[in-house]
Amino acid sequence: MFNILKNRLDQGYKTTGYPNEKIQLPPRYRGRPRINRQAPAEVIAECAAACPQDAIDVSGTLIDMGRCVFCGTCERISKGRFISFTQDFEISVSEKEHLVTDGGLPALADHSRQHFKKLFGRSLQLRQVSAGGCNACEADLNVLATPFFDLARFGINFVASPRHADGIVVTGPVSNNMKTALLKTFEATASPKVVIAVGSCALTGGPFRGSPEIAEGLDSILPVDLFIPGCPPHPLTNLHALLTFFK
Amino acid sequence: MKTDFLQISNGEAIKREKIPHLSFDAFYRDALSIVRVGGKVVHYFAYSDKGATKLMAVLRKDKLKVASCDAPDVYPSMTSQCEPFHMFEREIAEQYAIRPEGHPWLKMVRYHANFLNRPDVFGNDYTQDIPGNIDYYGVDGEEIHEVAVGPVHAGVIEPGHFRFNCIGERVLNLEIQLGYQHRGVEKMLPGVDPKRLPVIVEGIAGDTAVGYGLCMSQAVEALSSLQVDEGAQIIRTIALELERIANHVGDLGALSGDVAFLPPANYFGRMRGDFLNMTLLICGNRFGKGLVRPGGTRFALTEGVRKTLNDRIFELTPQVKHVINLLLTNASVQSRFDDCGAVTQADAEKLGLVGPAGRASGLPYDVRRCFPTGHYGQLNIPGNAKRTGDVHARATVRGEEILQSLDIITTLLGDPVETRSIENRKVSLAPSSFVVTLNEAWRGELSHCILTDADGAILRYKVKDPSFHNWNGLSMALRDTEISDFPLNNKSFNLSYCGVDL
Repeated sequence: MFNILKNRLDQGYKTTGYPNEKIQLPPRYRGRPRINRQAPAEVIAECAAACPQDAIDVSGTLIDMGRCVFCGTCERISKGRFISFTQDFEISVSEKEHLVTDGGLPALADHSRQHFKKLFGRSLQLRQVSAGGCNACEADLNVLATPFFDLARFGINFVASPRHADGIVVTGPVSNNMKTALLKTFEATASPKVVIAVGSCALTGGPFRGSPEIAEGLDSILPVDLFIPGCPPHPLTNLHALLTFFK
Repeated sequence: MKTDFLQISNGEAIKREKIPHLSFDAFYRDALSIVRVGGKVVHYFAYSDKGATKLMAVLRKDKLKVASCDAPDVYPSMTSQCEPFHMFEREIAEQYAIRPEGHPWLKMVRYHANFLNRPDVFGNDYTQDIPGNIDYYGVDGEEIHEVAVGPVHAGVIEPGHFRFNCIGERVLNLEIQLGYQHRGVEKMLPGVDPKRLPVIVEGIAGDTAVGYGLCMSQAVEALSSLQVDEGAQIIRTIALELERIANHVGDLGALSGDVAFLPPANYFGRMRGDFLNMTLLICGNRFGKGLVRPGGTRFALTEGVRKTLNDRIFELTPQVKHVINLLLTNASVQSRFDDCGAVTQADAEKLGLVGPAGRASGLPYDVRRCFPTGHYGQLNIPGNAKRTGDVHARATVRGEEILQSLDIITTLLGDPVETRSIENRKVSLAPSSFVVTLNEAWRGELSHCILTDADGAILRYKVKDPSFHNWNGLSMALRDTEISDFPLNNKSFNLSYCGVDL
């Protein structure tokens, strides 16, 4: 008993003040990309050729955050002259076309659906489905339940059954072998319901695009309401998306 | 004992012509004779070469050994005589339609059509997208009941199917059927644009991104004679150990939660994030994606990063020690962990268990000590083997490894070595060559194998996650255990679904 109390005192209070307090992520974290459209054409072409995800559109000088795995190859090659990554982790969008960006993003709060806020603003129960996910996205969703983030204080929980859920959170490139189970989970969720796609794989197939064993984007199978980019998205990106879209 | 297998080293590229290409009978005889006397299977797979299908085995005892042979369409199963071949023979049957006659449990591993468009060994119709639509091991009897769990589970975890045959609360048999995460990785890798290779490999199992990146990078380095400087080796070691700590800490928290002892569950959950954040500090990604690349690492340790890491390790080490102590000395935790889900050493040997699960059952094998690469040759990695093989042993092994890894990192941070960060570079791989790399990832022996063709293109990329050995260990742990102890046992192994499903 003494041991339990001593540990409790050791641990102290660890929950973040976000969103009321700002959080500064470390300098090497790569969040929202910033694009210099005036960069020399050859630098842009070099970045596009080196991008492992082919996420750079040369003619429009745009980057597809749905494909991007935020590896920073383009930033390194262009030495920041074309693309640089900021520490801004608030990068989720509600329309897929907004993922293809020149660095600017619409404010998510302005695009969230008002009826979702009304329905789920005080209580949101989510069912997570991993459909070919590599366990990185899953882990960084799971971490929202730990004391630092403490998702439950906002009335948001991950629940054990789709019958208890207001929506599903899907990770992974939707492997063929998981498609039926995913659709059944979606059907089992009570309407009205939301669908949230988390991570590069669920957005576009991610690193596995081109494989015949997956779907390239959850939105080709289900109507998606919220797109959270990253490989995996930082837990704060997930938290920001949920709070801004539903609160 | 003399065999015709060739002795090789971890991460050493050799010309394929040097690998003994035996008659099938000699291959079969030698492979069995090595594994029967305590040898283990690192790889056993099929590949296509100029229209012919061939088999290759990488085995280990105190050394690594390799040989190949032409693959017959049908051959007498090795599993029926020697258990460690079990999953490998099923995988070969699924990928290359080669039937091991007399295999005691010939069933698909992942549910996909074979690579050669040959008639399916299992008679599956792959236009049906339901891998659960198959037979399971059954038990007959008046009071027997079956419990089917998954693929979608009650937590935020990956999908898989568990089929229990029970009498009352007692589990007679648990069969685990995976394949739901199959993304076609091995079929994809040979033809893929080389710039995509690291990103795909790191995404095979994202909780082991550093381990996967390391296996791939070491293989490419061996095939292209790239040198890695000492500083980069040290950063790789720090990253691999941080990955081990973060996952072990998280798992101890989950174990604690499963026996309803909530304080450590919460503390470990938070501290796991602290360790992931150290990896974030080094490379900008919490899982170490984008850190390890052929030739070195993409990020160096600046003086500022090194100091912050040092401070955080210094601050966290006593906290971790105290919470491990809190967990493992609590009487109610001990009564739940002790004797729960024991796997005997004899069973562990036959299943070929690796990593912490193997060490908990008395198998001290650790790649870092037995086949060290990079900086590990200079470190003193202890044995950690336990005798009881139960949840308590698996938890204790994890706890000890956390503290050992903290020591390793502290030591490495204390001795700054310069390195330069590298970018993904174009490399040409040696033609007609072979390399196998092994690393002790947090779940155990992770191994990649690359074969190149006459033009230096990847002919076959074979991936083996440690979980490929260990899932049947979980089945064995559940024998004669109460079904309500399944979650606890499952967490004590915490195996990878996507690493197996590929």
